[in-house]
Amino acid sequence: MDWLRALLDTITNPVFYRLTLSSATPLLFAALGGLFSEKTGVTNIALEGIMLLGAFFGILGSAFTGNPWIGVLLAMVAGLGLASLHAWASIRFCADQIVSATALILLAQGLTGFLLEPIFGQPGSTHIFNRVPEVRLTFLGKDTFLYKMIGTLSPFVYIAFALVIVTWILINKTRLGLRMRAVGENPEAADTLGINVFKIRYFGVMMSGILAGLGGAFLSVGELGQFSENMTGGKGFIALAALILGNWSPVGAMWASLLFGVAQALNEQLQSNPILSIPSTTKPLFNLLPFVITLIVVGGFVGRTRSPAASGTPYEKRG
Amino acid sequence: MSKGWQRIFIPLMAVVIALAIASVIILFIAEVPGPSTGNLWNDFWNQIGVRFSFLGRAFQAMFEGAFGSQFAWMNTVIRMTPLILTGLAVGFGFRAGVFNIGAEGQMAMGALMATIVAVNIPGLPMFVAIPVCMLTGMLAGGVWAGIAGFLKAKTGAHEVISTIMLNWIASNITNWAVTAPFATGSGTPKSPEIAVGAKLPILFSIEATFLSYGIIVAVLVAFVMYIILYKTSMGYEVKAVGFNPYAAEYGGIQVSKNLIMTMAISGALAGLAGTLESMGLYYRFYGTLTSGKGFDGISIALIGQNHPLGIIFASMLISGLRTGSNQMQFIGVPKHIVTIIQSIIIFLVAAERMVRTIMGWDRKKKVKDGLAKSAS
Repeated sequence: MDWLRALLDTITNPVFYRLTLSSATPLLFAALGGLFSEKTGVTNIALEGIMLLGAFFGILGSAFTGNPWIGVLLAMVAGLGLASLHAWASIRFCADQIVSATALILLAQGLTGFLLEPIFGQPGSTHIFNRVPEVRLTFLGKDTFLYKMIGTLSPFVYIAFALVIVTWILINKTRLGLRMRAVGENPEAADTLGINVFKIRYFGVMMSGILAGLGGAFLSVGELGQFSENMTGGKGFIALAALILGNWSPVGAMWASLLFGVAQALNEQLQSNPILSIPSTTKPLFNLLPFVITLIVVGGFVGRTRSPAASGTPYEKRG
Repeated sequence: MSKGWQRIFIPLMAVVIALAIASVIILFIAEVPGPSTGNLWNDFWNQIGVRFSFLGRAFQAMFEGAFGSQFAWMNTVIRMTPLILTGLAVGFGFRAGVFNIGAEGQMAMGALMATIVAVNIPGLPMFVAIPVCMLTGMLAGGVWAGIAGFLKAKTGAHEVISTIMLNWIASNITNWAVTAPFATGSGTPKSPEIAVGAKLPILFSIEATFLSYGIIVAVLVAFVMYIILYKTSMGYEVKAVGFNPYAAEYGGIQVSKNLIMTMAISGALAGLAGTLESMGLYYRFYGTLTSGKGFDGISIALIGQNHPLGIIFASMLISGLRTGSNQMQFIGVPKHIVTIIQSIIIFLVAAERMVRTIMGWDRKKKVKDGLAKSAS
């Protein structure tokens, strides 16, 4: 009974909805990034590393200029840089995309951990710096349910959801989108029609870097104002699961990210719920839930949804 | 250069390039202001000199910390024990065309389960207790990896995502175990000490530091792996599936059964790595017992080109870097430099064409390598 009461208590609390949206946001950025890459036929499991690097450079920009938006810009550039390495290795040198992406995740972990102390003067995590201010919808009325729900969201949340529409239009309604899909489904045929397979693939992977970098920036300069070591904590991989669950479509990825957001918000809210009063030693058992859900999603849905046909296979020009 | 030599040369080149890039990074972070002479040109050269001497000291510290004394050697060999096994775990997976990135979690689960058994068997004689604990650890690691193998065989879920998720789950479970039901004392979360009979005998010791028979076990396992891979039909099947699953299936090999078995064996090796850490080094389970040793297995397998002998040498290299980096940290180089070095090595071995192009070998198309080409 306590559990039901706690659950009811949680879902009638506006904070739960706010938390759902903000937990879904980084996943949505990264999932959309993964979408760009996979649509053109390059698997990018390095999202985790790109997000981490983005989070680090986001804080770096904010710390040095005092302007968090510069941090956001820097995060995008850093993400672009790491993704370019992935693109270079997997497109130009036909590298094993999974292994090279793993290397980039390690590189991001190593580099951010390595630079943390020389730059910020302490290991583990940074001080708190300026973060991107929330968008306050004061016209909703300060004490209303709606205001507590969506009245103080980070602008990142709006950007992420707007990007769903932008991505949908770009992929489904433009010439570039058609080419991306062609390259991802059948690069030989696309090449025969005069599409530059390599160029399109570079574009896809680089976009994934910018978007996942933004997702990382949200975690640091967007939400906490702080960077801590390995703060992405598997979010890049959960975003990949969201992409699979969402059947490689922007709108699907959005719903899947929201589902993971709900799981995360429920998890956090139930853990701190006074009715249940869960001892702190049991918290790890709650924290493993998002990963179990991801595992079930990946195990249960991967066969039922369909990835772009050429995703993960290098393309070599013949003749 | 013949193909066989290239196989050895590419990872070696990768190591050299990685060390070179790491050197450049160290040159940049060196916080050593040179004396100012007022002359910009002289100051510039002073800076260069000071930075290079810092780099020299950094590498000297690393080398001395890893191989500079008997004590340093011992620490390196102690750390090699789990690394050989995680390297074999990942390498065996690569041979069969699966990328087991979950050695970390399998190691943790193996160590935890083996420790639970080892704590609860006081009075059991050594010749029973040690095999029982080792088998428990291997079983736990094998089952943990087997989940990912099963999912891949039945639904096609990519093993990289599922093993990463299993890593996180394992890390939370083990954290919970040593903070709540299986905790003892205060401070670092840890389990009670294991029974005397389950402790591995000591091979060699200097003062309070000791090397257990675990290293012998690890080397023996590498030898067994060599026999399996090169002298048995099972090894042939594993390699056949890794080389071309479709052809293997056509040739009558049950690919999905093979896949689950490969993952289970790979996980059992990682589980044994964790078990030996508990039985031969810490005598208990620590929350920080694995601390990246499972991930180190990836670079070890790639440097060793998935060959058991290569893996032993590669684990000595990575172990040396890890132990040496503790010493390096004292003079102001964060030990994360080792992770950076490893990532560059993995990147270059994955993109081996990059190395081939640099060396001018890439005249013909050589796409096939031993690694998994399959991606979801």
